[in-house]
Amino acid sequence: MALDKNGIARRIAKELQDGCYVNLGIGIPTLVANYVPEGIQVEFQSENGILGMGPFPDEGEEDADLINAGKQTITSLPGASFFDSAMSFGMIRGRHVDLTILGAMEVSEKGDIANWKIPDKLVKGMGGAMDLVASAENIIVAMMHTNRSGVSKLLDKCSLPLTGLGCVKRIITDLAVIDITKDGFLLVERAPNVSIKEIQNATKGKLIIQNKVPEMLF
Amino acid sequence: MINKKVNSVAQALEGVQDGMTFMLGGFGLCGIPENAIEKLVSLDISGLTCISNNAGIDNFGLGKLLQNKQIKKMIASYVGENAEFERQMLSGELEVVLTPQGTLAEKCRAAQTGIPAFFTPAGYGTEIAEGKETRVFKEKNYVMEEAYQADFAFVKAWKGDEAGNLIFKGTARNFNPLMCGAATITVAEVEELLPLGALDPNQIHIPGILVDRIFRGNLYEKRIEQLTLKKT
Repeated sequence: MALDKNGIARRIAKELQDGCYVNLGIGIPTLVANYVPEGIQVEFQSENGILGMGPFPDEGEEDADLINAGKQTITSLPGASFFDSAMSFGMIRGRHVDLTILGAMEVSEKGDIANWKIPDKLVKGMGGAMDLVASAENIIVAMMHTNRSGVSKLLDKCSLPLTGLGCVKRIITDLAVIDITKDGFLLVERAPNVSIKEIQNATKGKLIIQNKVPEMLF
Repeated sequence: MINKKVNSVAQALEGVQDGMTFMLGGFGLCGIPENAIEKLVSLDISGLTCISNNAGIDNFGLGKLLQNKQIKKMIASYVGENAEFERQMLSGELEVVLTPQGTLAEKCRAAQTGIPAFFTPAGYGTEIAEGKETRVFKEKNYVMEEAYQADFAFVKAWKGDEAGNLIFKGTARNFNPLMCGAATITVAEVEELLPLGALDPNQIHIPGILVDRIFRGNLYEKRIEQLTLKKT
């Protein structure tokens, strides 16, 4: 069965390594913070200027001066720090942030990503996404495999304006874990009870299938 | 001591004119110069270019200047929460330059620190890089970006003193420190304006040399865009 958004977040959380500084994008990536495996210490960065981001505040404890990049009220954990936006993107471009997890509208088999603009329609802007994808060493995309109309978001070539070129390393969707290789999308894992055929049907770009494709473990 | 204190927001904004370029601090509604914006809305000036990470929401922050049609051109990284902005942009009334957030920050800092341009990997291979000089350093591609030029910078800090020294709070810091001294005139508004000596020099984030005018804001609504609470 295809995973829901929390399921995707749970699977992504398994990618977290002890001692990592992690930037979480808006949407599914934000949920990853709820599933950090036990015994692992990670620190979350939010690009508006905090390291050591904590959970949402208790009622009455919210502070308008303490938000995350999604403009949600948050808390800071012991050991947290605040900084300006140049420092924030300095630590991103300087590759001090180890892992970036973000959403996407489209990913190509070369690792190109489009997640900021639909021409003549939705105008939101790229926020920090272009800086993040151009800089991070390890980028995981969290998204649904297909869009609301059922069209694949994993393509041979992105049709929407790009956010970055050749930067995505791994995609985790409701159906599968897929790595970007020089030959195309490599199917690494299937969601529980999802068939290879289903994944093939939902993938428009070149999908490489090696003998055994295990199911995701949580 | 060079005294930067002015007694009113009107005095702080003296000299603003039609067609000027303004920098405005803040991320979302967090750390925006509320009092300066409120005053700008009441002044009869338009044709403005505004450099700010976001464009406020429909009835608050820069959204108010947009509703009044005072802004001609907006330079921002993310404008997702503002329907009026989207309408003006798609109809062509408003010129918009969307800029990656880190690049926007760095273009402010470059203006602040006398760096005319810099190279960043952000936006290489995208429409952001079109028409811009690119260079390869150690096999990686970079785009050249130039420092901003602005007439006024409006920033908001938590505490300040009459020398113009500033301390920010939480994530309300964001773009504010980077815009200080990045425009011809920097106007800082603060929640608490303290006498000289009240701020510990060790704790100051921005030294007063980068601030031209400082005043205490009368009203901080500090609206929260997305109130999210722990589930109980």
